[in-house]
Amino acid sequence: MATSIKDLPRDEVVMKGHGACAGCPSTLALRIAGKAFGPNAVCVMTPSCTVASLGLIPKAAYDYPILNVCFATAGSSASGIVYAYESLYKKGKLTGEMPTVFTWIGDGGTYDIGLQAISAAAERNDNYIFICYNNEAYSNTGVQRSGATPKFAATTTTPQGKMEDKKNMPLLMLDHQIPYLATASLAYPTDFYDKLVKAKNTRGFKYIEVFAPCCTGWKFPSSDMIRISRMAVTSGAWLLYEAENGKIKFNGPTAKIMEGKVELSPLEDYFSCQGRFASINRAANKEEIIAEAKNKILADIEFMKKRAAF
Amino acid sequence: MKTILDTGCHIVAQAAKSAKVDFVSAYPITPQTSVVEEIASMVQRGEIDCRFLPVEGEHSAMAACVAAAATGARTFTATSSQGLLYMHEVLHMASGCRFPIVMANVNRGVFAPWTIWVDHQDSLSQRDTGWLQYYCASLQEVFDTIIQAYKVAEQIKIPIMVNLDGFVLSHCVMAVQIPDQEIIDRFLPTVEPAWRFDPQNPTSYVSVTGPDLYEGFRTSLHQDQLKALDLMVQAAREYQELTGLYHGDLLDLYRCDDANTFVFAMGSMAEELKLSVDILREEGIKIGLIRLRVFRPFPKEAISKVLPEDATVVVLDRNFAFGHEGGILFSELKDALFTRRDNVRLLNQIMGIGGIDLTYQYMAEQVKNLLGL
Amino acid sequence: MANKIYDEKYPVSYPMHGAGGKTGDWRLLTPRIDREKCSKCMLCWVYCPDAVIDRETLEIDYEYCKGCGICARECPRKAIVMIREEE
Repeated sequence: MATSIKDLPRDEVVMKGHGACAGCPSTLALRIAGKAFGPNAVCVMTPSCTVASLGLIPKAAYDYPILNVCFATAGSSASGIVYAYESLYKKGKLTGEMPTVFTWIGDGGTYDIGLQAISAAAERNDNYIFICYNNEAYSNTGVQRSGATPKFAATTTTPQGKMEDKKNMPLLMLDHQIPYLATASLAYPTDFYDKLVKAKNTRGFKYIEVFAPCCTGWKFPSSDMIRISRMAVTSGAWLLYEAENGKIKFNGPTAKIMEGKVELSPLEDYFSCQGRFASINRAANKEEIIAEAKNKILADIEFMKKRAAF
Repeated sequence: MKTILDTGCHIVAQAAKSAKVDFVSAYPITPQTSVVEEIASMVQRGEIDCRFLPVEGEHSAMAACVAAAATGARTFTATSSQGLLYMHEVLHMASGCRFPIVMANVNRGVFAPWTIWVDHQDSLSQRDTGWLQYYCASLQEVFDTIIQAYKVAEQIKIPIMVNLDGFVLSHCVMAVQIPDQEIIDRFLPTVEPAWRFDPQNPTSYVSVTGPDLYEGFRTSLHQDQLKALDLMVQAAREYQELTGLYHGDLLDLYRCDDANTFVFAMGSMAEELKLSVDILREEGIKIGLIRLRVFRPFPKEAISKVLPEDATVVVLDRNFAFGHEGGILFSELKDALFTRRDNVRLLNQIMGIGGIDLTYQYMAEQVKNLLGL
Repeated sequence: MANKIYDEKYPVSYPMHGAGGKTGDWRLLTPRIDREKCSKCMLCWVYCPDAVIDRETLEIDYEYCKGCGICARECPRKAIVMIREEE
């Protein structure tokens, strides 16, 4: 039974007056994570917008015990915490319920610089929740391309639009044979919440990636953050699914898309409301580009359908 | 007290066991590998009540130790050469976090080209990471120093690197006395960490600072490094009282009392130098040995006290300070003695790089050459 | 929520409102809720990235609201409008 909005816990880990941009998806995602995990949780953060918005010492905007760590070490730092806790609780040096350990990492710290340590932690099936908030660029340093930036999107290092497709990080993690994996969208907060709770109650390595439209980097009005989150799902640009022990189940609108019950919403609409895709609108071969992007989405959907049927 | 006969790497593992570490994370690298193997085996056999995290690299090994220390766990790791270099940014983090991690570093030359044999380039390249550094000359000293390192690190809240020479110590078998566990437990009480995860009272650690506070945190790390000198002396003395085992406070002095000429070195070569000193004494040279046990903080006062005003000091460096005359120890010592402005004379030679065997005869010969004898 | 003076040795930070300043000052447009139209669906509360909408009363904390406009955009009854505040 899915949780309704009114049933969401009232705990707030995001304090008012944090330093993130207006309309920041990361802080909203962290709010929902706080509701799912409750107060008995500890967090690791690598350099990212979330750390930049935390406030300067001695002030902190997030009401969790947070250890800031080196950029490439999210995967191994969280493993260190889990193993140390297991040791201390076994020895009786700590008592009570062991806290939930989770990471809060951008796509830079996940897809790119942090990948090695994450892969190793997943292979060891270390007992924590790796959360990636994917804003499809290195937003904190001023929006440079990342391994998660989609083809055609402009960043400060791809001013004419990125020439390559993004990598499929969730699938890469799924093939580490971890017990739980999920993708999420902020437009569907209760779906995200339920996935976080499921991850909390699953033992082993959990990977959750939440799509995080960044108004500053993607160049759209801050008020459109949820709208664009929703359009990414309905257009098929972002697929909502979860996998328990490798078994894929599609969720929300993605499930209906996969079943062929709804048509994809026009990709043109998704592109046209974001400044990062402005070069497509100006391009002489605009139709061709959109067709290519659409075909890629259709191919991904077909691939995922087959993958889910395993 | 019991006596065991084992290799340097296994003695390192034994010290971690005796210190009752809660958490070990490490990645194998020659010549440290059998430290990792031994600890992992001890954990699997249930001989040590600790969790071992087999990470995918040294950068992760140090990161995991830092994060583990944030739970309040006593943490340990070991590495060598490239592994230590790979840890570099996380070493800075560990000291900035003020977590009392203890690490054994098996000294080995650095790439390129590849070498697996000893010199001190790896650890001396980490001089300014904020870590305290010990250098050992025997396996007994390796064991005792790791135990003492926990005492000092947890008191002053700064991580400590305990160095032992690759192969010469790591793979050599010596008899080592292991004090009774009850004595080590008494020597190493539980100490509250600088910061820990506390869901009941959540705070963030080492996030962003402006220039107003950053310098203060760095300054206090520096000041506490200097304060560690006294704690290191205390630890050595207290350990001696409890166990009878002693290797010097900050320095190990050999035949220095009436000397006007001194050899200054560290690591296993310095133990060998005791024999060189004996030879040179027989030839009528009034020579003594200053073996540096502690490189960071640099024991400036302690060294200066040993040297009379007309002393000649032969500094033997197992490292390069590229682009500067002499080795790193030579530079450090010159710097430490600069304010004396007396007739102390310093001579230097770099030797033993990449595992060149340093016999006492060879070193005695080199010292004589430097002295013009 | 501790409100402690910073520790000189250890870089600790303490959770507090306004860690990024009085962020209400950033606001260009201000959300106003029309109580008559509001159905208390709580979407505005759940979608607020700044946690400035009270769960019980749906009062907006204008000291910290940055005026991103998500609440107005997502309100199914159009019960929230963004207005330009006069000095």
